[in-house]
Amino acid sequence: MANESQNFDNILEIKELQTSFFTEDVEIKAVDGVTFDLPKGKTVGIVGESGSGKSITSLSILRLIDRPGKIVGGEIIFKGENLLDKSNEEMRKIRGNQISMIFQEPMTSLNPTYTIGQQIGEAYKIHEGLNKAEARKKSIDMLKLVGIPSPEKRIDQYPHELSGGMRQRVMIAIALACNPDLLIADEPTTALDVTIQAQILELIKELQEKLDMSVLLITHDLGVVAETCDYVAVMYCGKIVEYTDVKTLFSNPQHPYTVGLINSLPSHEEDIEGDLPIIKGMVPNPTNLPSGCRFAPRCPYATELCNTLPELVTDDNNHQTRCWIYTDEWNGSTEVKTYAERNS
Amino acid sequence: MFVFIIRRILQTIPVFLGVTIIVFSLMHLIPGDPAQIMAGESAPAEQVENIRERLGLNDPYPVQYWNYLSNVLQGDLGNSIRSGRDVTTEIGHRFWITVELAFYSIVLSVFLGLIAGIVSAVKQYSFRDVTLMLIALFGLSMPNFWLGLMLIQWFAIGLDVPSWIPFIDNTAWFKPSGWGSFQQIVLPVITLGTGGAAIIARMTRSSMLEVIDQDYIRTARAKGAKERVVIYRHALKNALIPVVTVVGLQFGGLLGGAVLTETVFAINGMGKLVIDAIQARDFPLVQGTVLVASLLFVLVNLIVDITYRYLNKRIDFN
Ligand SMILES: Nc1ncnc2c1ncn2[C@@H]1O[C@H](COP(=O)(O)OP(=O)(O)OP(=O)(O)O)[C@@H](O)[C@H]1O
Ligand code: SF4
Ligand SMILES: [Mg+2]
Repeated sequence: MANESQNFDNILEIKELQTSFFTEDVEIKAVDGVTFDLPKGKTVGIVGESGSGKSITSLSILRLIDRPGKIVGGEIIFKGENLLDKSNEEMRKIRGNQISMIFQEPMTSLNPTYTIGQQIGEAYKIHEGLNKAEARKKSIDMLKLVGIPSPEKRIDQYPHELSGGMRQRVMIAIALACNPDLLIADEPTTALDVTIQAQILELIKELQEKLDMSVLLITHDLGVVAETCDYVAVMYCGKIVEYTDVKTLFSNPQHPYTVGLINSLPSHEEDIEGDLPIIKGMVPNPTNLPSGCRFAPRCPYATELCNTLPELVTDDNNHQTRCWIYTDEWNGSTEVKTYAERNS
Repeated sequence: MFVFIIRRILQTIPVFLGVTIIVFSLMHLIPGDPAQIMAGESAPAEQVENIRERLGLNDPYPVQYWNYLSNVLQGDLGNSIRSGRDVTTEIGHRFWITVELAFYSIVLSVFLGLIAGIVSAVKQYSFRDVTLMLIALFGLSMPNFWLGLMLIQWFAIGLDVPSWIPFIDNTAWFKPSGWGSFQQIVLPVITLGTGGAAIIARMTRSSMLEVIDQDYIRTARAKGAKERVVIYRHALKNALIPVVTVVGLQFGGLLGGAVLTETVFAINGMGKLVIDAIQARDFPLVQGTVLVASLLFVLVNLIVDITYRYLNKRIDFN
């Protein structure tokens, strides 16, 4: 476990994580060598199109991958220990206690046959061994904390009696009940109305400070990233293609895919004028990925070099990019401008 | 919940009236003159007229129905033509025999069916799953009178096995006929319960498989719940909702199966009674047994609905 690169300022370090689905003789590499760090107390966002492997990455951290999926390699270092070395029972005690997760679909993520109180209270029973009355009292406090009005009444209601926004608040209450060190939020607002979205994000931010948590926020909305995250990992076809702090991402995006994503933001539409308006083409079929850079078929800069997979290259400012353009091999053979240069 | 139960009980009143209308109509729906049929084809005319008069068949239908209904409400189901005794007396303890048979069989079906269904679903496509589902398919396709005969052959009469094979001898373990003692109850209950167990097993399996993929199961796991708790607390409660309905529907088939089972095992229950009554063209007795069986079915469905409601918090009966 004594690893030189290991840094205890990071609550989570994911190294070369590989998660595959084994279906009908083909291996779908949903997460293919993902590496990134989550500094303590910070919020890291994972962005990427649908199917890029964001959810599978987050479920892998909790080891909640179901058949036919399997974590086939890598390390998930949480507070200095590799979660992949833990027994099932050790892992179970971490879930909902030290690492919690909330999901995209508040409408279906709560059990319809149990009351709100029973579902929050269960976390206390599991991890803190509280009895019914104690669990109920703490559950009411939790409902108050997540801003649910008249919690004494709500606690005995069933999920179908609550709106989507309220249910997501309940999910947050369940997740934060045992004061976790890390909260994984997998598109927590995608299914909600715009106004409710802002409220839920605000709530997560507020509670993060109050409870001193680190947050991994999965989203495909760069607007959400700009508002909430400290660092961002951009994912494409199971790989991280760019990782940097949020300011740099918007001021100096490097990977052509990131540039495309930023350009397709509504506020950028007019200043670009025809130059790379949106990313052309479609996400490749996960069973038949390009052998080199996964983005090559859609990339305007692709050269022969791109038929080989580029490494994740880190520059002086810890800005990581997986693209040949930022390597010595590129040789400036093609005229390349970064997004910032283009706009200057 | 209390309001729901009261409302649901009140709802059985129209059902009850419907049942009495149908049972009443049975008499008139059969082709020919019921009095003639009851008396027998070669009966003299005045005897037929006599029966007609006694049964009130000369009155207009609404009057006949009204008389019938008021009699039923007073617990008077008429008299058996064959024995002349009260139909209620004839049904009497036979009713309880059939209820016992049906009850034990349902308990067996639910018990075996749930266990097999859960075990299969938890390890989908495993050897265990495939084996259990093959057995279930077998149990489903086996006509229950045939199963009954085979069970009698193997376990009541005794197998003709060579004496050197250990543990199996020619002793009859169970009794082939009658009702009351443990040795008499086992085989008919297995006979009647097998089909239901198979259906419930298949239903539970598919229902569990569907539920296990739901988001809230993932939530329960993400909470750190033990796998046992995830399966039995979170998944099973939801998976039971459709299974409960199946159990209710099963009960109708079970009553039909009871007729065959009672015949095969010579059990003196309501099933056998109705067969005998039909053969003897004992109309009031047939009517009486059909009515009692229907009411039993209505009662069981009442219980099923209340259970369903208890499990499924999402329905709002306003
Ligand atoms: N049960 C499964 N069986 C086979 N392949 C799967 C399964 N679940 C996920 N995958 C594969 O993993 C890939 C990544 O899925 P994932 O759910 O992580 O995407 P995502 O980035 O979260 O997308 P979204 O924005 O739609 O939530 C999918 O493209 C799919 O190919
Ligand atoms: S490696 Fe090549 S194809 Fe891939 S993003 Fe960079 S330039 Fe484009
Ligand atoms: Mg997802």
